Amino acid sequence: MRIHEYNPRDWKSHPPYSFKAYGSSIKRGPLKKLVPIEQTLSEITGPLFSDIQLQAGENDLTRDPSTGKEAMGERIIVVGRVLDEDERPVPNTLIEIWQANAAGRYHHPIDQHNAPLDPNFTGAGRCVSNDKGEYRYLTIKPGAYPWLNHTNAWRPAHIHLSLFGPSFVTRLVTQMFFPNDPLIALDPILNSVPTKDGRQRLISAYDHDVTEPEFALGYRFDVVLRGRKATPFEEPR
Amino acid sequence: MRKQTPSQTVGPFYAIGLTRTPMNSVANESTQGERIRIEGQVFDGDGAPIPDVMLEIWQANAYGRYNHPDDKQEKPLDPSFTGWGRSGTNEQYFYSFETIKPGLVPGNNDSVQAPHINFCIFARGMLVHAYTRMYFADEPANATDPVLNSIKNKKRRATVIAGREDRNGKPVYRFDIRLQGENETVFFDM
Repeated sequence: MRIHEYNPRDWKSHPPYSFKAYGSSIKRGPLKKLVPIEQTLSEITGPLFSDIQLQAGENDLTRDPSTGKEAMGERIIVVGRVLDEDERPVPNTLIEIWQANAAGRYHHPIDQHNAPLDPNFTGAGRCVSNDKGEYRYLTIKPGAYPWLNHTNAWRPAHIHLSLFGPSFVTRLVTQMFFPNDPLIALDPILNSVPTKDGRQRLISAYDHDVTEPEFALGYRFDVVLRGRKATPFEEPR
Repeated sequence: MRKQTPSQTVGPFYAIGLTRTPMNSVANESTQGERIRIEGQVFDGDGAPIPDVMLEIWQANAYGRYNHPDDKQEKPLDPSFTGWGRSGTNEQYFYSFETIKPGLVPGNNDSVQAPHINFCIFARGMLVHAYTRMYFADEPANATDPVLNSIKNKKRRATVIAGREDRNGKPVYRFDIRLQGENETVFFDM
């Protein structure tokens, strides 16, 4: 069996499991050293969802799919590419999206923030990258919302993203932020990322070429997943 | 060269995006193999079960083949089995999967891996997902599994081996995951 391994997780890019300023990470992050293992067939394979059939409108969060009624708030277009570390496109990969509404409230029973719910906004969508790794969805710009991490804590506006890539080790869940948001500097979750350029990579860019006249502003956000090592690992015989 | 996009927590509201529809029935009526149920809880550093945790599994089919183009073994694929599932927790903070027991999977250097299920754990408070594996307590191949044997401490090794009970004639494997504490589950970096 010839295993073509993936690059390791880049711990200079990813947050640590426990980050003091993010209170709920303290009791929920593994404390013992991770056990390193070689990648095997179990790690270099993973779910591909190649036969997934998305329903029309799953990449358009601005309307209730059953009624066609429009959600409230500022419509935005989000585009980007899913790439690996060698800038090769990651095609046909499932992207799941969820977010708060324009007022900063999630369509979830646990969210008791005193802000209006929007009956036409579920805040959930899905899309699949194309052959060039490109994806695109329409949504409503999410609002900031308060949380209980510390006094007067507010999450900057963000969109949650979940991606699979080609293997079990390329799995990624992350959050996309918006440029020039004053709450970004104050957010312990984003600031858990150890490097400045790592944090910057979670902030989308305004892109006037994506913006459509008389319709919506455009933002660009590329996602980079673990790439493959240069040469396949040849097994000693 | 581009750098990896940093991981962030799934947060407390992942259910609207990720578990709206149940995805924890991995096997259906026509799937080949021994029907099993896997269930358990995920505990935090205080020993409390976590309600807002999400688990994903990835496994080979009953023959030991993964449904993926990089698995080029000549074993049969099972068209009714993707090998992937996802579970949130129920009101009692239990996750569960209905699946089949996977077969032996080749390891590196001509080794053989005991039947195992690959787990990925996400939760509010987890800035990066954690990887572990579940092995089967009643499986003789565990003795020669390279990953199990790489965990030198036997007490730690036991944290990734699920015990079996029979419930109405069906095997149920209990796999609790402890994120911290004396019996912290072994998590892998690979």
